[in-house]
Parts: sequence; structure tokens; C-alpha cells
Amino acid sequence: MQTPTYAPAYLAAELRLPTNGLDYAILGIYFAVVLGIGFAARRSVKTSLDFFLSGRSLPAWITGLAFISANLAATEILGMAANSAQYGAYTVHWYWIGAIPAMVFLGLVMMPFYYGSKVRSVPEFLLLRFDKGAHLLSSILFAFAAILIAGVNLYALAIVVEALLGWPQWVAIVVAGFFVLAYITLGGLSSAIYNEVLQFFVILAALIPIVVLSLKKVGGWDGLTHKLTAQHGENFTSAWGGTGIGHANPLGANWLTIVLGLGFVLSFGYWTTNFAEVQRALSAKNLSAAQRTPLIAAFPKIFIVFLVMIPGLVAAALVPDIGTSASGLQYNDAIPYLMQELLPNGVLGIAVTGLLAAFMAGMAANVSSFNTVFTTDIWAKYIVKDREDTYYVRFGRLITAVGVLASVGTAFLASSFSNIMSYLQTLFSFFNVPMFVVFIVGMFWKRASKKSGFWGLLAGTTAAMVNYFVLYKKGIVDIPSDQGANFVSAIAGFVAGAVVMVGVSLFTKPKAAEELRGLVYGTTSPGMAEAPAPGDEAWYRRPALLGWGAVVLAAVCYIPFSF
Amino acid sequence: MSQAENSGRSERSGYSEQDVQREVTELEGKSATAARIFDLRRIIGGLFVLYGVIVTITGITDSQAAIDKAQGVNINLWTGIGMLVLGVFFLVWLKLRPIQTPEAPKSE
Repeated sequence: MQTPTYAPAYLAAELRLPTNGLDYAILGIYFAVVLGIGFAARRSVKTSLDFFLSGRSLPAWITGLAFISANLAATEILGMAANSAQYGAYTVHWYWIGAIPAMVFLGLVMMPFYYGSKVRSVPEFLLLRFDKGAHLLSSILFAFAAILIAGVNLYALAIVVEALLGWPQWVAIVVAGFFVLAYITLGGLSSAIYNEVLQFFVILAALIPIVVLSLKKVGGWDGLTHKLTAQHGENFTSAWGGTGIGHANPLGANWLTIVLGLGFVLSFGYWTTNFAEVQRALSAKNLSAAQRTPLIAAFPKIFIVFLVMIPGLVAAALVPDIGTSASGLQYNDAIPYLMQELLPNGVLGIAVTGLLAAFMAGMAANVSSFNTVFTTDIWAKYIVKDREDTYYVRFGRLITAVGVLASVGTAFLASSFSNIMSYLQTLFSFFNVPMFVVFIVGMFWKRASKKSGFWGLLAGTTAAMVNYFVLYKKGIVDIPSDQGANFVSAIAGFVAGAVVMVGVSLFTKPKAAEELRGLVYGTTSPGMAEAPAPGDEAWYRRPALLGWGAVVLAAVCYIPFSF
Repeated sequence: MSQAENSGRSERSGYSEQDVQREVTELEGKSATAARIFDLRRIIGGLFVLYGVIVTITGITDSQAAIDKAQGVNINLWTGIGMLVLGVFFLVWLKLRPIQTPEAPKSE
């Protein structure tokens, strides 16, 4: 089944929400607080490290919640609800197998190298481990991807706000762009992170009432599964039903491509090398807090799937022809539709605020990571080197403004994909997958040479793109859906990157052992060991326990969806 | 090849792991975030108490139509109470475990 392609642009006009002054007051208070955080964080910015990495001084609960919030953008909320309305309970894979193992791996295995080597960004690690080629290529690719994704968020915000509140698109873009620009320019990463933590709670307050009421409307979980089974068959409410190799299912993927493509390549690529995420952990106050950042985030991540999947499933049950022109509703409309149907003024204002907050979180995370990579990795290393620190703080503020303007410009690229999530994943499979290969080979194989990083990155990106745009889009290889093609492209990119890295390494000189200390598994750099902070020995702060706890919990969650 | 490799290394000697460590350690010493950043718990607590009060009052005064729309649940009341509890939790946490301000900005 080919995914029907609609422009995501036009939410049905009847989705206009009955907002009143109370709802707008709630929204107004939120915007005031967002700006207030920016102003209040301003006085903490003294050095470039304060501006780009919060001085490496934040506690783990803050960086952990910011880590999850940077991921919980509105494109994720609306996109995953859409995914559920379209494909059913398969959505859980994006969380339990497609996020938790990678988050735990980041915290337990990779963070000691990231945080311990004191790099300020993911590309900077590549500079130390490989060479300038890999560094520059990854910096530029990341800067591009960050602006693109910030643009996707901004565009998605504009169309949703236009449909729900009736604001013209440009008003929404200008207002949201202005607030993000203002608070990041003022307070740097600290104000981005503080706002993300606040957004996390507002988003929860927005989603929980929707889930409770939508379940009540459809007759509880039993009523929901009953209706969906009658409409779509049994597999719609199961995680693995119909995913045998050779079986047809709406997702267009079998268990092997789910486990390898989504669970391993795509998810590890996104969670472990995407700087918009990793940056939150690098701003933690010590190694223990940095390790705990993705682990603390893993627990909410396990349960957030219910908050986005249930509204999607309920929308599919209540509007059986959702996603077709007969209903006038697209898959992406699942949550807005339920807001309109169920929420009275007051909670409606909270929900609108939560949705806008989520859009801004997604955009801000990308802008705040873009300005860091552009300033410390591109500008300070290749263009204007060795200036005083205050110059780079000023430049960081300037490039934040440039980044916001550029993302406004790229917002319209998002319009040719039906499902916002699928668009994001397409991008990730092209940029993050090769990054992950290069990291994993570089971190675990001492022999990987300096040159191999660049060529692995290039080969992996090219292979993923060729697979997606040539083999799949031109119909040379038959893959049933966009999502399935994403999974396969990711696997292709991973394999190509790994093969090229090994090949290049065998023909070029290895890096000297003393230059690899603290960068490769099994080595530690001199002076990297730091004494644990008081209180970090407590059992509930032990990274191994938190990490394995999250993995076990995610596996247990699969049980009711598997039989 | 080996010549290119060598010249590459001398050019790069300006950016080795030691350079990054030295630069970042130096900046950490001057960093002002730890000393000057405000406590986020106050903001979350304050906002959620305010939202909680607004939404709870809305719930108390809600019309029957609003309750009917929400499947017979007074959702404003319950959401408001929930937000109020969360806000109070953060303020109590702040009160019980105030941040230990470092005596001086980190110096090494």
C-alpha cells in the first residue's frame, strides 16, 4: 500500500477551535514566562561555554527533561498520533525498540567519551578522533539538517495555528520565530534548556486530559480495541501482528527491518549522534549527571507513547475514514480534532499552549544546537580563529538570528510530504545514520584511520540517499511504504559507511596510540577521571541500574501488545 | 602520502585533545552559569500554581455545557487540581532542598 500523499498544509477549516479570552490569557502568560526566562538567564552568560553549553553546570534532572523535551516537539506529537491513526499500535516500536536501547547505550557506553573528552559538540569529537575532513563535513551536514528541521517545525506550527486559531500563517511564523530568537539570543543554551523543561510539563498537562477524555468517549481501552478490530482487523492493535517476513502490513516493514532499520540504525543514529539531543547531556555538571541525562529521559519516553498513540487510535475509531477526503480529516489532525471535540475553554487554552510550546521546543533545540556547531566548529576553527572569547559569544548571538531567519526560509520545503514524521525520518536517515557508523567504528576499532571518518560519512550519506531517491522513488526496488523505505535506506547507509571505513582504514596509516587516549573504547585520557560528586553514589543515581531498568521496563511494556 | 600525513599532523597540532581539554577547562573556570543562574523550580512552581488556580476556578464555575462537552467530566477542575499539585510540589522541593550555591565561581 502506497501512503497517500497529501500536502500537510491544509487542516480542515472546521477544525477552528472555540477559543475565548481565557484561553488566550493562558497562552499570553506562557509567552511572558518564556521571555522572562530569557531575560533572567542573560546574566549567567559570561563566557562562550556559558552561552553554548550552560557552563557544563546543570543538574541531571534538568538536562534529562530537556533531553526528552527537545525530542518531544509538536511534529513528534502530531506525527506520532498520525502514525497511530494510520498504522495502529505499531507506533510503540518508535518508542520501546526505537528509542530506549539507543538512549541507554548513549548514557552507559558513549557518554564517558563524549563528556570525558570535554568536547563541546558532536562534530568536535570527530575532529579529535578523525581529521578535519570528517569534522567539516559533519559540521556542515548537521548545520543544514538543524536549519531544515527548525524550518519544518516552524512551518508545521504555522499551518496548525492557522487552522486552529485562525491566525494567518505569517503571523504565527513571526510570533514563534521572534520568541525563540529572543530567548536563545538572550540566555543561550541555559534559557533554551530551562524553557524545554517548562515545556515538558505544559505538554503533559495538555495531553493527559485529551487522553482521558478520548478514552472515555470511545468506551475505555476495551471499547477502543473492539472498535478498531472490527474496522481494521486484529493487527491494528498489536505491535508485531503481520510483521512476518513476506507478510503484507500497512507499515510496509517486517520484524527484521523494524529491529535493524528502526531499532538499531535509525534510532542509534538519532539518539546518540544528533547534537540537538547530545548537547543537553554535555551541559550537565559532571560525568555522572551527563550519563544520567538520557537515562532519566528514557523513563518518560517509555510512557509518552500512550499519550500520543491513544489519541491517534481514538481518532481512527471515531472517524473510520480519517486520512481520506471523505472525512476531510488528515492523519495529522487526530489531536486537533479531539481538542475541538472534547475540551472546554480553560483546558483548551492549556492544550493550545502545550502544542505551541512543543513547536517552539522543537525549533529551539535545533536553533541552539545549530548556533553552537556553526560558531565553535565552523567559524572559530576555519574562518575567524583565535579571537577573544567575548567575540564568539557575540558571534553566537548573531548567528542565532541568522539561523532563525534561515529556518523561516526553509519552512516551505516541508510541504511535499504527507506525514511530517516521515519527512523528519527521511532526513535523519541521510544525516544521522552515517554519523552513527563513523562513531561506532571509530569508538570501538582503534585501527580506524584518520581518513576513514570522512569517507565513511560520505559513502553512508550517499548510499542512503541513492537507496531512497533512486531505488525506491523510481520503483527499482519494491518497498510498500515510505516508512518501510526509510528503514531500508538506513540499513543501506549503515552498511555502506561501515564497509568503506574498513576499506579505507586498511589502506591508510592508523592514528598513533597516544592520540587516541580517551577517544576509543578501553582507553582513558590522562586527567579525565574526576571524583564523584557527593550523593552520586546513591543507588537510584547509579547509571547502570537506571539504564538496565529502562530496558527491562520497555521490554515488559511490549508484552500486552504482543499476544 | 606519508609526507602529506606528517604535514597534516603538524598543522593539526593546534587542535589535539589536550587543546580542547585546556580550552574548555579554562572556560569552565570563568563560567558564570553555576553561580548566577536562577533556580528553575521556582518558575515551574509559580507558573503551575497560577495555571492551577485559573483552571480550577474555571472548573468550579463551569457551565453544564462545558461539562457535557467533556464527556460529563469536570475536566477543568481535575486538570486545575493536578496542575496545582505539581506547582506546589516544585515549590515544596525548592523549600526543602534549596540549591547549595558554590562559595565562589568554580576556579582551578
